Amino acid sequence: MDLHVIGPLASPAERAAVDALLGPPESGWRGGQRDARTEGHVARGGHEARSRRDLLIPVLHAIQSRIGWISQPALNYACRRLTVPPAEAYGVASFYALFATTPRPPIVAHVCDDLACALAGAGDVAADLERSVGPAGEPVDGGETTWLRSPCLGLCERAPAMMVTQAGTNPVTFVAGPVDAVGVERRLEPRTGGSTESGPPPIPQRGQPGLRLLARVDVVDPSSLDDYRAQGGFRALARARRIGPQQVIEEVTASGLVGRGGAAFPTGRKWAAVAAQPAEPHYLVCNADESEPGTFKDRVLMEGDPFAVVEAMAIEALAVGATKAYLYIRGEYPLAEARMLGAIAASGEAGLLGDLDIELRRGAGAYICGEETALFESIEGKRGEPRNKPPFPVEVGLFGKPTAINNVETLINVLDIVGSDDGVAAFKAIGTEASAGPKLFCVSGNVGRPGVYEVDFGTTLRELIDLAGGVSGGLTLKAVLLGGAAGVFVGPDALDVPLTFEATRAIGATLGSGVVMIFDETADMVAALTRIARFFRDESCGQCVPCRVGTVRQEELLARLAAGRANGARDDELVLLREIGQAMRDASICGLGQTASSAIESAFRQPQLVAL
Amino acid sequence: MSHDGLSMDRDPAPAPGVPRASEPPGAQPLTDILLRPPARPSRPPAPPPEPERAAVELTIDGVTVTIPAGSTILEACRAQGIDTPTLCYLENLTPVNVCRVCVVEVTGSRVLVPACSRKVEAGMDVKTNSDRVRHSRKMVLEFLGSSVDLSTAPSALGYIERYGADTARYGPADAPSPAGERDRHEAGHHHAPPIDAAQTVEQPVKVDNDLYVRDYSKCILCYKCVEACGEDAQNTFAIAVAGRGFDARISTESAVPLPDSACVYCGNCIGVCPTGALMFKSEHDMRAAGTWDESAQTTTQTICPYCGVGCALDLHVQDNAIVTVTSPLDSSVTDGHLCIKGRFGFQFVQNRGPGPA
Repeated sequence: MDLHVIGPLASPAERAAVDALLGPPESGWRGGQRDARTEGHVARGGHEARSRRDLLIPVLHAIQSRIGWISQPALNYACRRLTVPPAEAYGVASFYALFATTPRPPIVAHVCDDLACALAGAGDVAADLERSVGPAGEPVDGGETTWLRSPCLGLCERAPAMMVTQAGTNPVTFVAGPVDAVGVERRLEPRTGGSTESGPPPIPQRGQPGLRLLARVDVVDPSSLDDYRAQGGFRALARARRIGPQQVIEEVTASGLVGRGGAAFPTGRKWAAVAAQPAEPHYLVCNADESEPGTFKDRVLMEGDPFAVVEAMAIEALAVGATKAYLYIRGEYPLAEARMLGAIAASGEAGLLGDLDIELRRGAGAYICGEETALFESIEGKRGEPRNKPPFPVEVGLFGKPTAINNVETLINVLDIVGSDDGVAAFKAIGTEASAGPKLFCVSGNVGRPGVYEVDFGTTLRELIDLAGGVSGGLTLKAVLLGGAAGVFVGPDALDVPLTFEATRAIGATLGSGVVMIFDETADMVAALTRIARFFRDESCGQCVPCRVGTVRQEELLARLAAGRANGARDDELVLLREIGQAMRDASICGLGQTASSAIESAFRQPQLVAL
Repeated sequence: MSHDGLSMDRDPAPAPGVPRASEPPGAQPLTDILLRPPARPSRPPAPPPEPERAAVELTIDGVTVTIPAGSTILEACRAQGIDTPTLCYLENLTPVNVCRVCVVEVTGSRVLVPACSRKVEAGMDVKTNSDRVRHSRKMVLEFLGSSVDLSTAPSALGYIERYGADTARYGPADAPSPAGERDRHEAGHHHAPPIDAAQTVEQPVKVDNDLYVRDYSKCILCYKCVEACGEDAQNTFAIAVAGRGFDARISTESAVPLPDSACVYCGNCIGVCPTGALMFKSEHDMRAAGTWDESAQTTTQTICPYCGVGCALDLHVQDNAIVTVTSPLDSSVTDGHLCIKGRFGFQFVQNRGPGPA
């Protein structure tokens, strides 16, 4: 490889940001002082020089959070330090929404205008900001601040929500909600310390007896290992060590636990497959990149019970034979990130993790990285482009090695299953045969008490909505979005469907990641569909043609319908919409394209939902 | 006896200088045996035979097919004479399976699978011409035809005709982007769609050097040029995919002009480009002048005169002047790839000065 680096040198601040992460450069070839006497013609090369490619995204984060954007000189310096070709690094930096490759002010308000926030008036917030501050992205306050529209920030229980990123020597990231335009402007003032503002309690069921997944959330001190242990923490890991990996896998398999991230793959089978792989090493990845609009359960778990996530990861590592684990958390979760970092460090220092090394990696604004193989690419320091499957991650995963990847909620379930001798039986006693155990639902939108709810599988949609205080304002229900933007709209006729994988599948719906978003009779469904179409257009990685162009054509079609300017007959447009959807579903590489038309098509199948 | 070279029961080698017991002593001076070079082989030694691959039996369009294990569905289809469309696939590059025009239906698979990269499996039941397959291929071609200028991509135009793709039904093409605008699109920043037009990647052609042009209005983002520039051939990594979604584009670092980039002008990206987005400047200029006439061109096979590697060249000649240079994909020396000298260094041939007095 010809590491061809051109252009002006990185500024001292840019170099300091990179060096703070990587340490000072040990030679001029890597960007330090050149010294012909000691270096001569010695160059570093080969595998050793290229082996740190996976640090590219942490390095880009370091530059972004120090400077506010990633200049060409800064990128070049990162390339030199990591032996990455500048064109590739630019491809990576320009892939992620939280990285700016053109100048951006240091303080940015990311204002969510996605589905749940729109139902709570985010449209008005954005319109007010356009009047009072200026168009989104335009620098104000002497180039010090700006605001941007953001896809779902995972703060749907406190909609309309925002996230502020403040670059500098002490970078600050915090979230707030609910906010109005005045609130957004007030939070654009520079701060010295970062703290996430408290909002309404995310767990309306807090402290209720019988909770399993949420039992400690908002009860235990999330920064105290002692408190976690006092409340039963790390007993499951102790028992797992006692019974051994084989027995752990058998118990998880016997429990019938399936993945809670959306795909519902049997967890025990996944673990057994990784454990049986002869290739070494085995990796473990905890997928905490929940970015499905309307999903925030994993955030609540990590913020409220971070040690439980660490303990569950340790159990899984034991089961699958991994000594290196990654927790990939979305970049919009500053509080969860801080608490997980704290929990990982405290558990390690207390010697509870044995030889397991858990590394936290922060995403950078890309929904697609929730797709497991895109997530691997991202950890490896690349663009988050999903891989073709097969081969599956259990055989060829992170760094090409066998990898077990599980969602946060899935892992939390493991604690009760292996926590006691009768854990399996107790787990199976909940829910149904095909959908065993408790389930978290993210209830948001026009509902009395939005938040994360833990119920048994089989609870009906009506019971869940009632638990969350019913439709707010005493209005009538128009529709429920099940499973998020990649899910399905159902009408009031579906209220008595039991929330299980099999029952929702039977009515052509899905549980997806547990999103239950309520739209009341006044909700603007056209706006919601338009927002979903925009979401997929913006979040498509662009790799395969059906999704890259299909999401654009779908958005254009909806814009035509919304404007009352159908291209020919309306029915022809609906036929075209279905044809686009079919091609995306059949021919896209990954789940993003395959589900990009799901919610929109489902709405058009119910004429009472959309009058277009 | 095992022939793997690892077996323990083979004849032990004699210690140096010790004749075998069975050899009559003094028959031949020992130094002769040790120092005499072996007979020179009359031809280069053949590589060891590849282990025979097990055969796999599968069904393609109802016909039972037997093909070596490890083959792709595309290879199996081609062996059957089934013409499977491809755009991002090329024999000398790693399949990236992004264009999705080669998709086929495999019974039991929830979604269609890319023939170019999916390996055959015993008992597989493949359909290459089902309604689902034809629909996806048609839509992929409509998506490309409605967003990309395919005027110099004859194979894609042929597929559009074959699958009845109607590229006009998404509305008239939106206005082209000004130069450089698409390069500045930031990931996740939304651009409201036009109401009455279909968005395209149309933009001014990039002409920033004397050897080749980059017309990204014609780019279908097949990743071939990136592969040829990087891992699969040149190992230069001057270009990569930047941006995201519909804003994704092939770019140098920070979209700098080619002369400022790591480009070494091997032109291997031109060699693999399926749509004419990357083109010899000579061809681009002749097309602009209306003098480009493929039917009037002849091809002369020769060997590159520069270094000792001996790369196979195809010289494309029009009006007694070399207009472009390629190398055959099946050349064992080049695999279709060349360097700057072989690809662009042909001016001296036609340097027709006044000549000797």
